[in-house]
Amino acid sequence: MVSDPMQVLEPVYDEENVKKILEMVKDPEIPVLAIEDMGIVRDIEFEEGGVQVSIMPTYSGCPAMDVIAEDVRSALLLHGYKKIEVKTVLSPAWSSDFITDKGKKCLQEYGIAPPVSAGSKGAMLGIDPVGCPQCKSTNTRVVSEFGSTACKALYKCDDCLEPFDYFKCV
Amino acid sequence: MTENEMHFEYLLRLGDNCAILGQRLAEWCGKAPVLEEELALMNVGLDLIGQARLLLDHAGKVEGAGRDEDKLAFFRDTQEWRNLLLIEQPNGDFAKTMARQMFFDCFQYLQFEALLDSSDKTLSEIAAKSLKEITYHRRHSTNWVIRLGDGTEESHEKMQAAIDELWGFVPEMFDMDEVEDAMVAAGIGADVNALRPRWDEMINSILEEATLKRPEDTWSVRGSRVGKHSEHLGFLLAEMQFLPRAYPDAKW
Repeated sequence: MVSDPMQVLEPVYDEENVKKILEMVKDPEIPVLAIEDMGIVRDIEFEEGGVQVSIMPTYSGCPAMDVIAEDVRSALLLHGYKKIEVKTVLSPAWSSDFITDKGKKCLQEYGIAPPVSAGSKGAMLGIDPVGCPQCKSTNTRVVSEFGSTACKALYKCDDCLEPFDYFKCV
Repeated sequence: MTENEMHFEYLLRLGDNCAILGQRLAEWCGKAPVLEEELALMNVGLDLIGQARLLLDHAGKVEGAGRDEDKLAFFRDTQEWRNLLLIEQPNGDFAKTMARQMFFDCFQYLQFEALLDSSDKTLSEIAAKSLKEITYHRRHSTNWVIRLGDGTEESHEKMQAAIDELWGFVPEMFDMDEVEDAMVAAGIGADVNALRPRWDEMINSILEEATLKRPEDTWSVRGSRVGKHSEHLGFLLAEMQFLPRAYPDAKW
């Protein structure tokens, strides 16, 4: 990783290398979570001396997408890439199942309950129990199915009494 | 109309519903009854505006006249909008907002579910993405209708009045016309007329749980398909379109 932005770097046209660079790009709403761990990086392709990164929106109206696209561009520019294209793709529709185990751990430590598997309809509709990220109790309840951002719901723990965000299953 | 023109028209109908309802919900910002509900309304509105962006962007590409999502959203006049009359009705009180939302959420859920099989690949992808969001919207509005209908005497009365007031806007959702027929025949569109029985089933069971009465079919209005809107749309557009029209090259 570079610390001096003025240093001129030769880009490496290799997927692993680009992935490493993308680890620097965090979700602007959840600054502990790399977009790679969020599972929104769909594809990395190289053509004619350029790199193309495809990202998937979590929600149709997610306002973070434009910021993420800019951050991806800046991170790659910083590493010497010149021809950069960041594309938004819709298919397959992003699912909270795409969040990696590392991503789920990051969310938990940050105080956001990670999504229960999207395969379960009960989880999607908030019927399955959600664990409190603070005290781990499952004695929790939904305050509102819509939280501070499109991807989160608002919960409260009835044991430690802390309110917390739950990353919704979609 | 050529098939391509009808395809464009069809996508406008889908996208305009989302754009106008998203704008309507945004009007609740700072005024909702409780903070959690304010967040919910803004979340649903944001999802709808996101869906509108995807649909109008696609519509612009199908049209092929160089109009992008912003051009379509901000530089069309009332007569050029194709959203349902139901969608543009004013928010009224919270009960009316929820009645409008529940009618539309149930409809949009069924319509987009059918669009999963669309031969227009982009449209089916947008439908798949949106359906996940609509599932939450429908649950939210349904729960409120039940809670208010089966609530206090006053909330019951207001909820029933809202359902009665908007009932005449329902039939337009299920109308078929030349465009709808052609799109169904081309495998692009969803046969909304065929969705009516399932919509009725959903609504009947919600109303029953909410202890509300299904209104009689005494009146109905139509016109959005040919650009005949209620006067409310003009006021909404004036607010929504003011900035880009006053400063056409503004960037922010």
